[in-house]
Amino acid sequence: MAMRQCAIYGKGGIGKSTTTQNLVAGIAELGKKVMIVGCDPKADSTRLILHAKAQNTIMEMAAEAGTVEDLELEDVLKTGYGDIKCVESGGPEPGVGCAGRGVITAINFLEEEGAYEEDLNFVFYDVLGDVVCGGFAMPIRENKAQEIYIVCSGEMMAMYAANNISKGIVKYANSGSVRLAGLICNSRETDREDELIMALAARLGTTMIHFVPRDNIVQRAEIRRMTVIEYDPTCSQAEEYRTLANKIIENTNLNIPTPITMDELEELLMEFGIMDVEDESIVGQTATAE
Amino acid sequence: MSANLTHEETEALIQEVLEVYPEKAKKDRAKHLAVNDQEVEQSKKCITSNRKSLPGVMTIRGCAYAGSKGVVWGPIKDMIHISHGPVGCGQYSRAGRRNYYVGTTGINTFGTMNFTSDFQEKDIVFGGDKKLSKIMLEIEELFPLNKGITIQSECPIGLIGDDIEAVAKQTTKAIEKPVVPVRCEGFRGVSQSLGHHIANDAVRDWVLHNRDNDAFDGTPYDVTIIGDYNIGGDAWSSRTLLEEMGLRVIAQWSGDGTLAEMENTPKAKLNLLHCYRSMNYISRHMEEKYGIPWKEYNFFGPTKIAESLREIAAFFDDTIKENAEKVIEKYKAEYQAVIDKYKPRLEGKRVMLYVGGLRPRHIIGAYEDLGMEVVGTGYEFAHNDDYDRTIKEMGNATLIYDDVTGYEFEEFVKKVKPDLIGSGIKEKYIFQKMGIPFRQMHSWDYSGPYHGYDGFAIFAKDMDTTLNNPCWSKVKVPWLAEDEEDVSVAASA
Repeated sequence: MAMRQCAIYGKGGIGKSTTTQNLVAGIAELGKKVMIVGCDPKADSTRLILHAKAQNTIMEMAAEAGTVEDLELEDVLKTGYGDIKCVESGGPEPGVGCAGRGVITAINFLEEEGAYEEDLNFVFYDVLGDVVCGGFAMPIRENKAQEIYIVCSGEMMAMYAANNISKGIVKYANSGSVRLAGLICNSRETDREDELIMALAARLGTTMIHFVPRDNIVQRAEIRRMTVIEYDPTCSQAEEYRTLANKIIENTNLNIPTPITMDELEELLMEFGIMDVEDESIVGQTATAE
Repeated sequence: MSANLTHEETEALIQEVLEVYPEKAKKDRAKHLAVNDQEVEQSKKCITSNRKSLPGVMTIRGCAYAGSKGVVWGPIKDMIHISHGPVGCGQYSRAGRRNYYVGTTGINTFGTMNFTSDFQEKDIVFGGDKKLSKIMLEIEELFPLNKGITIQSECPIGLIGDDIEAVAKQTTKAIEKPVVPVRCEGFRGVSQSLGHHIANDAVRDWVLHNRDNDAFDGTPYDVTIIGDYNIGGDAWSSRTLLEEMGLRVIAQWSGDGTLAEMENTPKAKLNLLHCYRSMNYISRHMEEKYGIPWKEYNFFGPTKIAESLREIAAFFDDTIKENAEKVIEKYKAEYQAVIDKYKPRLEGKRVMLYVGGLRPRHIIGAYEDLGMEVVGTGYEFAHNDDYDRTIKEMGNATLIYDDVTGYEFEEFVKKVKPDLIGSGIKEKYIFQKMGIPFRQMHSWDYSGPYHGYDGFAIFAKDMDTTLNNPCWSKVKVPWLAEDEEDVSVAASA
């Protein structure tokens, strides 16, 4: 089977890294060979697999060594739970430099150094928040990830983000083979959350691939720097992630997304009672005027 | 020798040249091409300038970094100018502008050296602040006689958001010398022109007021030369004239200029502005803040020199006015001899110019002094106030072209058939291969100075040796070569 490359996007704080690592643990459990490429300067995409605080990143090591060319693959590629290969692009502190360029540099380095071995079944890119600039679109350019999964929840901003990311995918879908592969709902226990995300998915021309319920065991595992699957393989949440893993393995439903307009999105939110019908009469009114 | 085109013929030529463009480009370029009409008071009625160049047309323009590092700041000789970013911008422009200076390079002056923060991938990703701060301390240690440092931003700096202002302030404290951050990223603006403006603003914000509270032993005759870049020694041959008429030049920048001169400029009674385009901003600022008047002048060719000397003298007392006349008189025999020698050889020759800041209009008088005529002129990065000043200098029905494209320039030359072209290095070889005499009018073609009476003699000689060089009669493409020449070659073999 050819190597499948998947990128996980979604609003900041939605649980991309946690979801990615848990589902990758599920895939690895089935004997698949997987690599995680963290594309976030925070470098927290592999800690649950490696039981580490934060692994040494490509950019950090390159800065230390002098240039990227001075770096060896084994300095930055670590193996963790389930033989999962882990690498982090790394990047600057907030407020300086260019994190986007860091992602580009890091992925180029991995390609040149042969990190994408023939026998890998899956590569997962865990990408920072929104597609803010060209650097963070690197994982979905030509010959990289062809399947995009968006992690979202029934909260308004998470859905806005999902729609925006879809817009970004359209650009690359038209010029290449990248496709939207589904929404992963990481539940925040809002009302009718599953129905809402299914409705959104339909509008975006995709499906909700799985509804991951909220469970505090994820937190407990995280404190131990472990995935749920490793921490408590018998719990029900582990079973949820296994289901998600299976669904992704079986998934062939790849589409060019059909992002919707702001108005359409707001209509959808109103339909589900998340947003009130706008009262134009109060726009621009101060407290005293009211 | 070709006859000059009429107004209608020139108009038709512009239309013909525009014909090959797609509709949108044609519409855009049409606004940048005009037939001169001295009756027009404001150039905005006939020409558009300072707009983005069209993609694909081979523009001859530079960038904002070129305007700041290359033009305004670079020649300040006792400061070290760091090209902050990757190595190329500074290295490929190093020492190319021929702005002469006096000093020991690498010891107390640094004009022809390239200092760069030499960005690597990691500097882009992690930011270059720390590196910048480190290299400035190293510079201070290695070149202790520097008077200060400027940070010239290359493109990436504007993208990664290096806080060069903070680093500048910190380093000023550490080395106790002015450190000037300049946000002249190349992608800003449509040409080098915005770089001049940004650089002027940096002079205003970080340097000009440094000695406001210091005592200065002034005289009523204190003037400055602003916007002479001393190409081939231009500023030197200008300065002598001012000094001979009894003025004291207390500052000259940025050609052969120093930080101290820049800082002392607000003590002047009159600022003399040579390149209006690149230094009008700081001149206006000093007029507003310090009440110092400024005067544009032109030291190309005896007619314009005399005119300018008299206009400058008019700001001062009778002694200076008399001195101005004496200076003009003193050099009369000298420049007359130049005219007598070269005018017969150059009379009636027609010139097309395409240069930068002020030369497309300033040199016209020098050519006219030699009996030559400028039949086409244009600027790389002018604004409309430059064209306002150009209309009066150019004859009626001559061609004016703004940000001319490679194609347009070639076509104009083919039809107008000038005897001489004055432009830059990128144009030089195209026209020489067409068999047309050419002078580089940015660098004076490794000659100069051309300013002042001394410069006029060199200017006249250069135009003569170029135009009347016997090589031009030999430049013929092989398939058009006359049989007789083949015969003569065969005979001599």
